Amino acid sequence: MTDVSTTTEPAKDEQTVELLSFLVSGQDYCVDIMSVREIRGSARATPLPHAPPYMRGVINLRGAVLPIMDLSARLDLKTTSDTSRNVIIVVSTNDRTVGLMVDAVSDILALSETSLQPPPEMPADEGRAFISALTIVEDKMIRVLNLAAILPTVNEDAA
Amino acid sequence: MTMQVLAVDDSRTMRDMLRLALTGAGIEAHLAEDGVHGLERLDEIPPPDAIITDINMPRMDGFGFIDAVRGREALRAVPILVLTTESAAELKARARAAGATGWIVKPFDPESLVKALKMVTG
Amino acid sequence: MAEIRASFFVECEELLEALLDGLQAMEDGAADAETINVVFRAVHSIKGGAGAFGLDALVAFAHRFETALDELRSGRLTADGEVLRLFFSGSDILADLVRDSRDGNETDAARVAPVRAALEALAATSDAPEAGAEEIDFQPMALSIGLDLDVPALPQSDATLWQIRFRPEPGLYESANEPLFLFRALRDLGALSVRCHDVAVPGLDSLDNPRAPHLWWTLELESTEGEAAIREVFDFVEGLCQLEIDGAPAPPGVPDLPDLAPGDAPVIDAPPLAAVDLAVDPAPCPSPPEPESAPQVEPDSRRPDEARAAAAPRATVRVDLERIDRLVNLVGEIVINQAMLSQSVEAAGIPPNSPVRAGLEEFLQLTRDIQESVMMIRAQPVKSLFQRMARIVREISAATGKDVRLRTEGENTEVDKTVIERLADPLTHMIRNAVDHGLEDQDKRHASGKPHEGTVSLRAMHRSGRIVIEVADDGGGIDRPKVLDKAIRQGLITADSNLSDTEIDNLLFLPGFSTADTVSNLSGRGVGMDVVRAAIQALGGRVTIASTRGEGTRFTISLPLTLAVLDGMVVQVAGETIVIPLSAILETLALGREDVRSFGPSTHVVSIRDRFLPLLDLGAELGFRSPLEDYADQIVLLVGQEDGSPAAMVVDAIEDQRQVVIKGLHESYGRVPGIAAATILGDGQIALILDPIDLVSRAHGRTRPPPPASSPLPNVQTG
Repeated sequence: MTDVSTTTEPAKDEQTVELLSFLVSGQDYCVDIMSVREIRGSARATPLPHAPPYMRGVINLRGAVLPIMDLSARLDLKTTSDTSRNVIIVVSTNDRTVGLMVDAVSDILALSETSLQPPPEMPADEGRAFISALTIVEDKMIRVLNLAAILPTVNEDAA
Repeated sequence: MTMQVLAVDDSRTMRDMLRLALTGAGIEAHLAEDGVHGLERLDEIPPPDAIITDINMPRMDGFGFIDAVRGREALRAVPILVLTTESAAELKARARAAGATGWIVKPFDPESLVKALKMVTG
Repeated sequence: MAEIRASFFVECEELLEALLDGLQAMEDGAADAETINVVFRAVHSIKGGAGAFGLDALVAFAHRFETALDELRSGRLTADGEVLRLFFSGSDILADLVRDSRDGNETDAARVAPVRAALEALAATSDAPEAGAEEIDFQPMALSIGLDLDVPALPQSDATLWQIRFRPEPGLYESANEPLFLFRALRDLGALSVRCHDVAVPGLDSLDNPRAPHLWWTLELESTEGEAAIREVFDFVEGLCQLEIDGAPAPPGVPDLPDLAPGDAPVIDAPPLAAVDLAVDPAPCPSPPEPESAPQVEPDSRRPDEARAAAAPRATVRVDLERIDRLVNLVGEIVINQAMLSQSVEAAGIPPNSPVRAGLEEFLQLTRDIQESVMMIRAQPVKSLFQRMARIVREISAATGKDVRLRTEGENTEVDKTVIERLADPLTHMIRNAVDHGLEDQDKRHASGKPHEGTVSLRAMHRSGRIVIEVADDGGGIDRPKVLDKAIRQGLITADSNLSDTEIDNLLFLPGFSTADTVSNLSGRGVGMDVVRAAIQALGGRVTIASTRGEGTRFTISLPLTLAVLDGMVVQVAGETIVIPLSAILETLALGREDVRSFGPSTHVVSIRDRFLPLLDLGAELGFRSPLEDYADQIVLLVGQEDGSPAAMVVDAIEDQRQVVIKGLHESYGRVPGIAAATILGDGQIALILDPIDLVSRAHGRTRPPPPASSPLPNVQTG
């Protein structure tokens, strides 16, 4: 359908971007590596009262309180895997730090900016706002996550 | 032998600036924050080549300090410069009456300070 | 240099504080001569430093202020109410100028000018002799610049032969001036020849005063410098000597020579003795006016006592706040680690009386001590905050035309630095409101027999493990009917709500609420108390109102003592561990069957010593589970509500009491209703710290599980 090149090696003089790819409910997503702080195994989160269903709670990240977001719930996908084998990707943007709970981490991709294309308009699907771009790597379609849209803004009252 | 100067001023900023100007000219600076402290320092160090002092200070002001210094035999001939913010005739007269050798007008630039010192210490 | 500049501004803050203290003491009538000196020196020092950094606006204002203060200091001016008010304004303007200079901003000249003019007028009316350089003339004295000011035009050949006659008077030596040095300086100006005259030196037996000057000199200086340069050399000794300077163009090849009779310059080349007889009486000098024999001050004997008696100022160290914060975090980590270690040791089966456990206990104690000490490093007295409020009151008093006085108490109460910073805005709003809306205007006050001057009081104290700050006014109190009316009109409550006085007062905390009919020119529509309350809650505190109509209103702010540590009760609720601040718990009880009584269709009350208290299920309130079927034998904690009356809160189990390190949720997540913060338990898990009052105020109170969809309401009456 599209003419997107399938090579993942960018030409030397093109703008490259590094992305961390991962699986959520069997789907491939990726996020700008510059916003990834660390990756760690899942831990039992302390639930927060009256929190939105996609917020699992908070965990202790070396003495700091880290909110954990169930990404599949946030993206409104059917949860498929057993949560005890989840992975948490700690990301930060707009000076908010959050742990995204995903199924597994796949790879680090180095792509040229031109290989990222904007997602098509699909009015029926609200979830589109969470995806900022699409790309194809080895015949798989990978969705680039729009972190700013996923994370709650600083002043959001939890109730 | 490096010139030794005792500088007395209750303003921390002034002390910093005096130290900067003096050491920049290769002069060793000893500092005190008021007259009482200044006398204590004079107990600790051999008679300096010159003394610089502010007038308005707590506990013992410049005049009291100069008075006390002049009262010490070993320090009678040590030149004392007072720091003053205006060259008002009245202040000059008072400084002189107190036994000061000369004066330096604030704000001073390091060169003038050093020149004034050289003036009274040869 | 940049460091010294930064340090200067820090010093300015200290000086400004000392200035305000002094002025306050003067206002309270507690001032003495030293107070006035302190005030004078503060402004003087600020001026001095400012001059060094070329901060002209600041220097100019400080100079006027200093001059006026000098009048005060020398007794030519008395500090009455008017004068003091002017000095207070002066200190406010000075503070603004300092801060603006520091931040590189322009201070509003329109504000500065009237105060400056008033200070000038003050100094002018007293009989002060012209205080020297009225125009700020701070050029440092540069020596030997060679200003050829009054010297008549010299002929083309620049060198002039100067004849200088120099005779020191007693004062010259007394002031430790040394002719040799003067001559050396002259030598820097050109070729110098010096001749000393010892004519006047008396014989040894008639030498009664060895210190008296008997020598004098004549010098010849060939120099291209002007007379002014030469006079400058003698600047320090002007008046301490007889000095004559005559110049003639240097002999070689000067056409105008005939105009200047060589005879004018007494050239001494013959043996001095007899030829020299100028108008000098070689009479022995009068006994030196400066008494060397009168050291009135005995520094040596007095000094040690004085030094010890004078309260040695506390030695302080200035530390980067970041370093302290890091230290605070690290210490917090140590506490958590210690707890985890303790738990592991216990889990490993090591008996309680073993040296390992005993050692850990000691370790815990030490850790707590360190933590307390570290937290106190960040603690500062609230004084700076109170002084800021005092200024706000002055400004508002002027703006509203109301006579207001701020009384403060407990300004040395220490509070975490962050708290002080974050309290500034809320307190400002509260004080503004107190003056603007709380205090009535003069006529009304007069009519109710109140003093002309309104009083706003600001108190800080430690109370049961918390910091309490009270803002009170002696104004008209809350107009409850008006508040009710407004709330109804704004649709905040229904017309038939039956509210207690306290509940009505608390309506003020609702967003957008304001009873200001007219837009006041300083607080807009009256800044919402909801904003104030939110700010205080963000600090982990709470605020309450008490008001008596006709007498006044009082706001009480209660804050945690330190931001980082809390004594809490650890409880289990619906499988989760929750920490409840110990200070919020009034009592713990186990419920007997007969104590629980049904109230409404979904609620219960608890009967405790003949009082009925609302029953709340914490697990249900937090949304962790549905209400229980049966509350008999449950454990309840009695916690205080907003108005102080207790509520009974059901928890599943009590674990223990311990001190926990508070971790903020706000930065990482945001506000969670009913929750104050979080902490990390010994097992590394995060536990939430409850804000009981917030929780109770939002509680739905449902203590009956919702009926299953189709079946009738089960009969769950238990009492």
